Amino acid sequence: MSSKNPLRSPVGKKLITGITGLGLVVFVLMHMIGNLSMFTGSDAYNEYAHFLAGLGPVLYAMEVAIVAFFLFHIVNGIQIWLGKRKARPVGYDTYRSAGKPSQQSTSSRSMIITGSILGIFLVIHIISFKFGPGGPGNADAAYVTNVGGTEMRDLSKLVLEKFGSPFYAFGYTFVMLLLITHLRHGIWSALQSLGAMRPSLTPLVYGVGAVLGMLIGLGFIALPLAIYFHLI
Amino acid sequence: MADSMNIKLKVWRQAGPKAQGRFETYTVPEANPHMSFLELLDVLNEQLIKDHKEPVEFDHDCREGICGSCGVVVDGVAHGPQRRTACCQLHMRHYKDGDTIVVEPWRAEAFPIIKDLVVDRTAFDRIIAAGGYVSINAGAAQDANSLPIPKTAADLAMDFASCIGCGACVAACPNASASLFTAAKISHLAMLPQGAPERKLRVTAMVDQMAEEGFGDCSNHAECEAVCPKGISISAIAMMRREYVKAVMS
Ligand code: HEM
Ligand code: FES
Repeated sequence: MSSKNPLRSPVGKKLITGITGLGLVVFVLMHMIGNLSMFTGSDAYNEYAHFLAGLGPVLYAMEVAIVAFFLFHIVNGIQIWLGKRKARPVGYDTYRSAGKPSQQSTSSRSMIITGSILGIFLVIHIISFKFGPGGPGNADAAYVTNVGGTEMRDLSKLVLEKFGSPFYAFGYTFVMLLLITHLRHGIWSALQSLGAMRPSLTPLVYGVGAVLGMLIGLGFIALPLAIYFHLI
Repeated sequence: MADSMNIKLKVWRQAGPKAQGRFETYTVPEANPHMSFLELLDVLNEQLIKDHKEPVEFDHDCREGICGSCGVVVDGVAHGPQRRTACCQLHMRHYKDGDTIVVEPWRAEAFPIIKDLVVDRTAFDRIIAAGGYVSINAGAAQDANSLPIPKTAADLAMDFASCIGCGACVAACPNASASLFTAAKISHLAMLPQGAPERKLRVTAMVDQMAEEGFGDCSNHAECEAVCPKGISISAIAMMRREYVKAVMS
C-alpha cells in the first residue's frame, strides 16, 4: 500500500537521516583510521594518500557517494529542525526532561548546531587539505615528495604545517569534540530510526554508540595535538 | 488542619483560541497532601468563583488515570513529576508547604488552545479515523478466545493498547511529534490477527495523517516514553517504522 510520498513522510525522513548518518559514521571511521597512519611516519601517510588518489574512478565514485550522503543528511536534518519549529511556535515557560528512560540530552538537542558547524568545517577542511598546495588544480613543486622511487604529493608536509598553527590544531580539536557530541545521540538514534531497536537493547546500543563516537573523535584529535605539541 | 499546605500556582490563562494569554499567580492556602493535583485546581476554582472571577478551565473526566482527558504541563513536565502517572493521579503529598507550581497547557501547533489549560486534541481523532480501527467483525468477548494468539504477542499488544490518547507524548516532545501515540495504535493492531487485513493501509494512512496535522518529526529523544502515563516504550515507534517500510515496499 503506497503512502503519498514515502521518502517525504515522517518515517522516510528518518530513514534517510539514519542511513546517511550511519554511512557518514563509516566514512569518518575509515578516515580517522587512515589519518592514524601518520603516527607510523610521513612516508606511510603519503603512500596511503597516494594509494587513494590512484584509485581513480573508484575514488570519484566514493566521493560522489559521500557528497550525496552529506547533502541528503543535511537537507533532511534541516527539514526536521524547521518542522519542529513550526510544530511548536509557542514554547513553554518552564520545560525540563522527565529523566530516564528519556534519552534527551545536550547532545540530542544540539544536533542541528553540532551538525551545522561540522558542515561549515567540512568545506574549510576540504579547501585546506584536498585542494590545498599540491592538491588537484593546485600543483606546487614544494609539496612533492619521493617515496620508494615514486613521485607523489607531500600531503604530510601540509598536515604538519597546518597543525603547527594553534588556530588549526585547536579549531580542529574543538570541531571533533562537536563530532563526539553529534555521534553520542546520533548512533543510537540512527538505529532507532531504522527500526532496529528493542527496549532491552537501548542502554547497550546507546552506550556502544557513545563509545564509538568518542573513539572516532579522539582518534581524529590525536594527530593535530601530537603535531602541535611536537610529539611526532 | 494540621497538614494543610500553602501552595502558589502560576497558571496559564487564555480567554479563547485567538486571545492573548498570560500567566496569573494564585495562592491556595487550604491545600493538603491528600488532594490530587486536579483537586487542588478545584479548590482554586472555588476560591475564584467566590471572588467572582473566571475559574481555570481544565480537562478531566475519570480522575483515575484511565480516560486520557486530563493533561497539563506541571513545572515543565507533562503530567508532572510522578512517573507513569496522569496528573489526575498526581497527589499533593509530593509537594511541600510553600511550593510554587507552574501549570501550562500542552503546547503544539496541532493542539490549539481552546481556553486556559484546555487544548483541542481532535488531531488525534483524525489520526485514528485514518486507520486506527479494524473493520472486520471482531466478535464478542468470548470470540477472542477462539483465535489462537501467542501470549507474548497478546502481552505486547496490550502494552501498546494501554495508550489513553492524552497527548503527553506530544506535549513533552521537543519536536511536538505525535510519533508515540500513532505508533502505539499501529503497533497494537499489528500484533493481532484482527488487525491483519488493514495492516498496510493503516500504517501509511496514519503516518500520512500525522504529518498532515502539523506534528513535528521524531528525533528519538525518547522524552515521550518518560512522560507517558502508561509507560509505552518507543519500541512502538521502531515497530511503526518497520511496518511502514514493509507496507510501502510491497
Ligand atoms: C561528520 C559527519 C556527520 C556524521 C557522521 C553524522 C551522523 C549522524 C547520525 C548517525 C545521525 C542520527 C540519524 C537519525 O537519528 O536517524 C545524525 C543526525 C543528525 N545530523 Fe548528522 N552527521 C554528520 C554531519 C551532519 C551535518 C553536516 C549536519 C548539518 C546540518 C548534520 C545534521 C544532523 C541533524 C540535524 C540530525 C538530527 C536529525 C533528527 O532530528 O532526527 N549532521 N547525524
Ligand atoms: S482524568 Fe481520566 S486520565 Fe486523568
